[in-house]
Amino acid sequence: MKTTLKITVVLVMLLSIVSCNKKSRRNYQYMPNMYQSVGYEAYQESDAFKNGKEGQLPVEGTIPRGYTLYEIEDTNDGYEYAKANLESPLDTTTVDYDRGKELYDIYCTICHGNKGAGNGYLGEGNRELILPGSYAVKELTAGSIYHVIYYGKNSMGSYANFMSEEERWQVVAYVEKLKAELEK
Amino acid sequence: MKHVIYRNLTSKILRFGFIILLTFSTSLLAQDGDPKNGKSLFNANCASCHKLDKKMTGPALRNVEARLAEDEGLDRAWIASWIKNSAAMIAAGDPYAVKIWDEYKPTAMTAFPQLSDQDISDILAYTAEPKPEPIVVDGPDTSDQSGGGDSASNKLILAALALLFGLLAMALVLVNNTLKRFAKEKGIDIPEEEKRTPIWKAFVQNQFLVLVTSIVLLLASGYFVYGYLMQVGVDQGYEPVQPIHYSHRIHAGDNKIDCKYCHSSARVSKHSGIPSLNVCMNCHKSIGEVAPETLAEGKEYGVDYNAEIQKLYKAVGWDEATQKYTGETSPVKWIRIHNLPDFAYFNHSQHVSVAGIECQTCHGPVEEMEIMYQYSPLTMGWCINCHRETNVKVKDNEYYTKIHEQLSKKYGVEQLTAAQMGGLECGKCHY
Repeated sequence: MKTTLKITVVLVMLLSIVSCNKKSRRNYQYMPNMYQSVGYEAYQESDAFKNGKEGQLPVEGTIPRGYTLYEIEDTNDGYEYAKANLESPLDTTTVDYDRGKELYDIYCTICHGNKGAGNGYLGEGNRELILPGSYAVKELTAGSIYHVIYYGKNSMGSYANFMSEEERWQVVAYVEKLKAELEK
Repeated sequence: MKHVIYRNLTSKILRFGFIILLTFSTSLLAQDGDPKNGKSLFNANCASCHKLDKKMTGPALRNVEARLAEDEGLDRAWIASWIKNSAAMIAAGDPYAVKIWDEYKPTAMTAFPQLSDQDISDILAYTAEPKPEPIVVDGPDTSDQSGGGDSASNKLILAALALLFGLLAMALVLVNNTLKRFAKEKGIDIPEEEKRTPIWKAFVQNQFLVLVTSIVLLLASGYFVYGYLMQVGVDQGYEPVQPIHYSHRIHAGDNKIDCKYCHSSARVSKHSGIPSLNVCMNCHKSIGEVAPETLAEGKEYGVDYNAEIQKLYKAVGWDEATQKYTGETSPVKWIRIHNLPDFAYFNHSQHVSVAGIECQTCHGPVEEMEIMYQYSPLTMGWCINCHRETNVKVKDNEYYTKIHEQLSKKYGVEQLTAAQMGGLECGKCHY
């Protein structure tokens, strides 16, 4: 009898140890004060700010280093203005279709299709989740493409936070190239 | 010059014949438009803003012609002129046009002067098609049930077997006892076994055996203690429950969305950021419900994907009915999975953009993970191992050209590994 009692005690202990090893919990750390940063980490919660987050938007009216203002407004008039007036700062020496394609394939292909024909993977076949239409039937200028990447239009959201200004213009150049190829 | 009337007679007859053929080949529903052609036109021109049964950027368009005729008394000519140039109609003060504009402004409908009357009647024929019956997904559902039934019946069989064996064992004990009692009553002596030294006493008396066993025990326990201590601080397999059930399997696997679409900062910064909710809304503005097949898949994991999308809408403050943001947002507290200790520096852009390493090299088959977990141990040995085995990507990288030339000459190799390029120096990661 005693032995069975002992065996059950050991088994219960083992079981409790095993059941503690949950995948949804982090493991123990040797010296947490060396593991965990004293300074704020990205996305950390913090009491230092009103909304309790470490990640803050830039103060209103300030521009981060390396950024430039985009002063055209997100309205129909702004769109028409950009379409008519805005031009790409890239010239033949700085335009890089390879990088444009690389970025286009990451951010645009999924809806617009790799050739810009509006048949991205999300709209293909009978899925028909998102159907943006072909570049061929759209009236596009460099300015209007940039404006739409910056603010989004209709169902399309803003892609300003995905790419830097220069990268956006590279994509614009690539989209223009795709449109020209589609219209051939 | 003479005007020839029947110059293109053959081609005209052919074209006429073709139109007649089309008229008779189309289904009975098509009165004067071809819904098939209408569908492709609709998908190419209209579908970015209109759905048939649900309000999107613009209104739902199922039976739009019949509805307009009944409710507003507007005919096809009105629809055609609206499609071709809605802005002019609004400017001219057409009452229903102004009403639509007031409802949906500031979004103005793009003008489609390139659509012919035939195109428009094709599109209208497509919108007039009756709504398809909701697909009842029997297949996965029944298989799910039968799968559940399978496991249930398995359990039943196992339980029955266990019961049987238990009964057998009991029966054996009982039989043994009764036999013994019989023997006693009949007066038969059961020869008792001779008393031997119990085995543990013999063991204790043999000192050599005790020594060997204790050494073996010590070594074994040392092995296990070492193993336990080595995994302290390693979170391989860590799989927390996230506030919104996000399936990488559906997004990165089934839908083939590039990792860098959502984790765009991995290209350019130290962190591979957790995407903000506007990134989700790029697609989920249009996708408010998953396909019935996907919903059935979710049952296997015990997840209602539609409810999870609703959680997203709630957090980002999106009102599906009006298709507008309400402005009431609440942050989603995602739980971080991959976390290096503070004393180790790691930079995503160096690995993703410069070295061109696939995300899956470190993060594992994310496109198959229903619930995200930590695939790699993220220990120093694991880092070092990869640095020793991986060649530096020098192609198209002027920064490395000269140093690679000099160092590869020094080491006498053709391709330098990351370790030979200085990837083992302490100060590269610990400072």
